[in-house]
Amino acid sequence: MIGEIINIAFISGLIGATMRMATPIIFATLGEILAERAGVLNLGIEGIMLMGAMTGFLFTFSSGSIWLGVFAAACVGMLLGLLMALLSVHLGLSQHVSGLGITLFATGLAMFIYRLHFGSPTVPPIIEPFKQVALPLLSKIPLIGSALFKQYSLTYIAWLLVPAMSILLYKTKIGLKIRTVGENPVVADTVGVNVTLTRTLCLVAGGAFMGIGGAFLTLAHQNMFLIDVIGGRGWVAIAMVIFGNWDPVKGTIGALIFGFLDGLQLRLQSVGLVIPFHVFLMVPYLLTIVALIGVSRRATVPASLLKPYRREEKGG
Amino acid sequence: MIRFRIVKRQPLSGWAKVAIPIGAIVVTLMLSAIPILFAGGHLWKSYFYLFYGALGTRYNLLETFVKASPLVLTGLAVAFAFRAKFWNIGAEGQLLAGALTATVLGVHLSAIPPALVLPTIIIAGFLAGGIWASIPALLKTKLKVDDVVSTLLLNYVMIHIMGALLFGPLQQPGSSWPRSSAIIEAACYPILLIRSRFHLGILISFLAVWIIWFINKKTIFGYQSKAVGINIRAAHFGGINTTSVILWTALISGGLAGLAGVGELCALQYRLIMDISPGYGYSGIVIAMLGNLHPVGVLFSSLFFSVIIVGAQTMSRMTGVPTYIAEVIQGMALMVMLIFLLFTEYKIRVMRR
Repeated sequence: MIGEIINIAFISGLIGATMRMATPIIFATLGEILAERAGVLNLGIEGIMLMGAMTGFLFTFSSGSIWLGVFAAACVGMLLGLLMALLSVHLGLSQHVSGLGITLFATGLAMFIYRLHFGSPTVPPIIEPFKQVALPLLSKIPLIGSALFKQYSLTYIAWLLVPAMSILLYKTKIGLKIRTVGENPVVADTVGVNVTLTRTLCLVAGGAFMGIGGAFLTLAHQNMFLIDVIGGRGWVAIAMVIFGNWDPVKGTIGALIFGFLDGLQLRLQSVGLVIPFHVFLMVPYLLTIVALIGVSRRATVPASLLKPYRREEKGG
Repeated sequence: MIRFRIVKRQPLSGWAKVAIPIGAIVVTLMLSAIPILFAGGHLWKSYFYLFYGALGTRYNLLETFVKASPLVLTGLAVAFAFRAKFWNIGAEGQLLAGALTATVLGVHLSAIPPALVLPTIIIAGFLAGGIWASIPALLKTKLKVDDVVSTLLLNYVMIHIMGALLFGPLQQPGSSWPRSSAIIEAACYPILLIRSRFHLGILISFLAVWIIWFINKKTIFGYQSKAVGINIRAAHFGGINTTSVILWTALISGGLAGLAGVGELCALQYRLIMDISPGYGYSGIVIAMLGNLHPVGVLFSSLFFSVIIVGAQTMSRMTGVPTYIAEVIQGMALMVMLIFLLFTEYKIRVMRR
């Protein structure tokens, strides 16, 4: 009997943790899908998330308003998205290298600003993090109710963004423009779509998502900023975009699988198994690679991904 | 209305290839004034201590070489892979693979003659890094898995393998910290200059510059590797076994990063700790780009970076600017260099209409 109760508590806790740990990945994956659908691989994602995490924390700490922190994280994500657009779209530099450059720059900048503002205290400063919000009625469903519907506001927002992004990409004129720019910019240009502007806006909007995804980690998942807070989640999001075949819904499924493994890893740690916890930490990354092996052969990459567009070199 | 267009230009002459990185460095140093002033540091004092801290005394100058050694190796690793368009972002993990292997051998290899210990460790460390890099190369060539993503993810896998071993079988007996036992004396790199840490690994990294230059310029493999990087389909139809070229490129690239790990372990730390590398693998990417993927370019950009890293310590002590300024400057240097490189191929034309 007791074993059964622990079991139910364990599973319900695991579902909750899955949703929680998937949230930053969902934000980041959606942001990356938007950029890649327009034809730009944004490897700046890891750095943008770290800057989002740091900025969100800093603004919440200074102002006391957690939503101001989220807003600031989104703004900083947009700025870095704009920088990525300047390098890779306007100047047409290698997307690989400009993205990595932004990650290195943003990582250094995040640590620099944090150290400048807080010095190096022995106890890291903390903020009052987001509280979980129980949705009325839904959270009263037995077993899964409290696990699924007692979450952070940002988690609900992530869930609303998934269908919104699907509709934007597949059902609207804007989505058609974005996809055309990503598949065949020459055609898009011919029918009067501004390729440069479309790509820039997608990178800027995608950057906002990445920034918020990072901020979730310092404002909800934890209540402090640590240098390794992102821990490769940006790269996982890049993998999830491929895993989900550039589709928001399938990408989210990937993010949920990663969230599940991440949550499971945290749960098993607290149960106190004899296996070193680093083995559990490794599993989500390993399985992400395995998942990529499964899908990579039949992946349908946006045709002009990685290719800068210069009107003068049309057809070249 | 005035519009700016980016158009192709005539190839630049040879001197421009030297002038452009120097120009990029000067512009980067000028841009560094922004974070320095932002941090409230006195500008000229900061610049002075940046260079004095790296070059001002004999010890600091030699320390700059100590810091450059792993950067040269990871820079070469990335440059050699990028040249063949094998996007190896995994030098960090490959470095750790080398350090891990060196630790296992360095702690336990007391049975064989002391003279053979170090060569064994160096070869094993090279192979460990190379094999770790050949996993994503295999995934890329056989299963079409994107190499950027797989090399990046494998970095985290390697960090956690190291963590599991340092909290487990490799942990120093009696210690509660995640650190290994010390390696035996025969496994340590000899120090070549007294009252300094100038060690054998520095010579190894300089030798590696020459070897990679030789492979690139003088061997058929170097030519094939470049051909694969320029156009893999054309190389394939031209009769090059592209799969094998990418695999060998990965093996050499990862091996170089593995040697960086061996050097950090056997010359500086003598025991494995979690933060054995402060991101040398990632710095290698910037260094490779700043050096325009050329081995000699890599050598000079590594030296520039180690001046920044070593100098930032003194600057931070004297002016209060956080040492993370070094990372900010690295990021800026990459972006400035990219823009400079763009204008070797293109120019801006002002159009009126």
